[in-house]
Amino acid sequence: MPNPPREKPGDEDVDVVDWERVAALDEFRALLKAKRKFIVPATIFFIVYYFSLPVLVGYAPQLMAAKVFGVVNVAYLFALSQFFVAWMVAWAYVRAAARFDGMAQRVLDRIKRDSR
Amino acid sequence: MSPALAMFLGFIAVTLWITWWAARRNTGSSAYFAAGRSLAAWQNGVAVAGDYMSAASFLGIAGIIAFQGYDGFMYSVGWLVAYLTVLLIVAEPLRNAGKYTMADVLAYRLSPRPVRAMGALSTLTVSTFYMIAQMVGAGALVSLLLRDTGIGYETAVVGIGVLMIVYVVFGGMLATTWVQIVKAILLMAGTVLLSFLVLGHYGFDLGAFFDAIGQVTYTDAQGNQVTRDFMTPGLRYTPPYGALDLISLGMALIFGTAGLPHILVRFYTVPDAQTARRSVVWAMLIIGTFYILTTFLGFGAATIVGRDFIAGNGGTNMSAPLLAQALGGDLFFAFISAIAFATILAVVAGLTISASTSFAHDFWTNVLHHGRERREGEEVRVARVTAFFVGAISITIAIALGPNANVAFLVALAFAVAASANLPVIVLSLLWKRFNTAGAVCGLATGLVSSLVLIVISPSIMRADAIFPLENPGIVSIPLGFLGAVAGTFLRREPEAERKFAELSVRANTGLGAERAGGH
Repeated sequence: MPNPPREKPGDEDVDVVDWERVAALDEFRALLKAKRKFIVPATIFFIVYYFSLPVLVGYAPQLMAAKVFGVVNVAYLFALSQFFVAWMVAWAYVRAAARFDGMAQRVLDRIKRDSR
Repeated sequence: MSPALAMFLGFIAVTLWITWWAARRNTGSSAYFAAGRSLAAWQNGVAVAGDYMSAASFLGIAGIIAFQGYDGFMYSVGWLVAYLTVLLIVAEPLRNAGKYTMADVLAYRLSPRPVRAMGALSTLTVSTFYMIAQMVGAGALVSLLLRDTGIGYETAVVGIGVLMIVYVVFGGMLATTWVQIVKAILLMAGTVLLSFLVLGHYGFDLGAFFDAIGQVTYTDAQGNQVTRDFMTPGLRYTPPYGALDLISLGMALIFGTAGLPHILVRFYTVPDAQTARRSVVWAMLIIGTFYILTTFLGFGAATIVGRDFIAGNGGTNMSAPLLAQALGGDLFFAFISAIAFATILAVVAGLTISASTSFAHDFWTNVLHHGRERREGEEVRVARVTAFFVGAISITIAIALGPNANVAFLVALAFAVAASANLPVIVLSLLWKRFNTAGAVCGLATGLVSSLVLIVISPSIMRADAIFPLENPGIVSIPLGFLGAVAGTFLRREPEAERKFAELSVRANTGLGAERAGGH
């Protein structure tokens, strides 16, 4: 049996949802706002933190070659710190995302309630 | 039979059994293309990590660090941080709004045929370049590892190509994923063990290890004995363009990973966006640990084996296997070599399935046949045939290029195209209401063409006569990709695309209407 020509990835029964109306719901707008409030600064932070490594290695080689203990220098410690910072940003996101999940659930509940 | 050969054959036997098992469970498109969307977070996370830790990472990074010290370690950093782009921006909306391919998300509110055609073209370009790089590396490696058995470069390439076709054609995404999981576990085990032996070599004294890194002696290009501090930057990236090249490389890694088709399709194999998120975290833990350990692999090879010995015994790519030989003897050498072989095999299989899925789903079904399957199961059949051709073409090109081809630029190109063509249109289509079809086509085309052209006129290909001074085009081609997408958008208005933004935004952010596990 041929599939109908559509670009819908999911269940057909949700096509009855009025997307414009859902997008205008307070619950949905609050979700978008909360996400933006975390994701925008977090993204700017990790991009700035990451690119300061090649920028400093490229343009401040003396600073980066400075030894901290033994032969271990600023450049290596800074590079190593990137791993832990990346893990920390991921951890913070997962915590924040648990909150987003709850907010998304409230949007879905509202849709269900309204359609009844 | 040499131990290396025995271990290769053992791995092949296990993976063929996995393929046979998966083939019996593959019924329908969702099962074939997305493993039935049934994978657990840890399984997908390990598979994502496996797809990412290619031969370029395991052999390439160890080699670059062994030869050029700290500058090689910069690659390791970028490869992990890149996953924050995947986690924060791409993974969940993609899972919520798409079905099988990257272009699904674009086709949502844009005119499906042109964006899918361009999306498929870009996916095939990225996957093919990436794959040829892996195959050339694999052929050279296997023939070197198995030189006692008389297996040559051509035979090795054909063997790897045939195996990857078998996995993908018969086993689909499920087999490809499990092959990837087995390989990722082996790879991590091998890396941890090797790092442990490096530390053991220095009596578990980190200070002694770092002291050795501070004075590595080797013979330079002029034939002089020199001693360098391998911890100090600047052995690879030198003025006048070194700093820009480093930044350009960083941009390609950070923005390219979230545009790599074979990584993106993995997020369709889990039941929902929450699982996709958890799988990225699993992947980040594994990938991060692995890349931190490249400190021991790379610097270990530099200090214990030495640049000169590696250069005379197979070159940079043999650094990790030779380190294993120095520390654990022939049997450990065979084990690490078998892992390298497994790594390549699993990665080329992952690339093949993403390329053939995109061709079958985007181009065949949606561009040529307006989104209809004329017969049940046609899409899967087309994907299987495509996998066969993708394999055959890669084998042919890899043999034509020969074992000494410069493959680094092929991988650089894959990342640059992914970052310059794919990422801008994915991000803009998810976040910018005004974005439209003209913008997507324009962005994909600008990103694709500019990164291709810049690579061709770069030192990677033109050597000393290079017109463009950087090895990596990212710093120019990524902004061009974004610029193309924005400029194209302003060429005209597309009310339909703007109207459907509300629907995409609701779907992407709430998962409403997303296809669940066992979907049809």
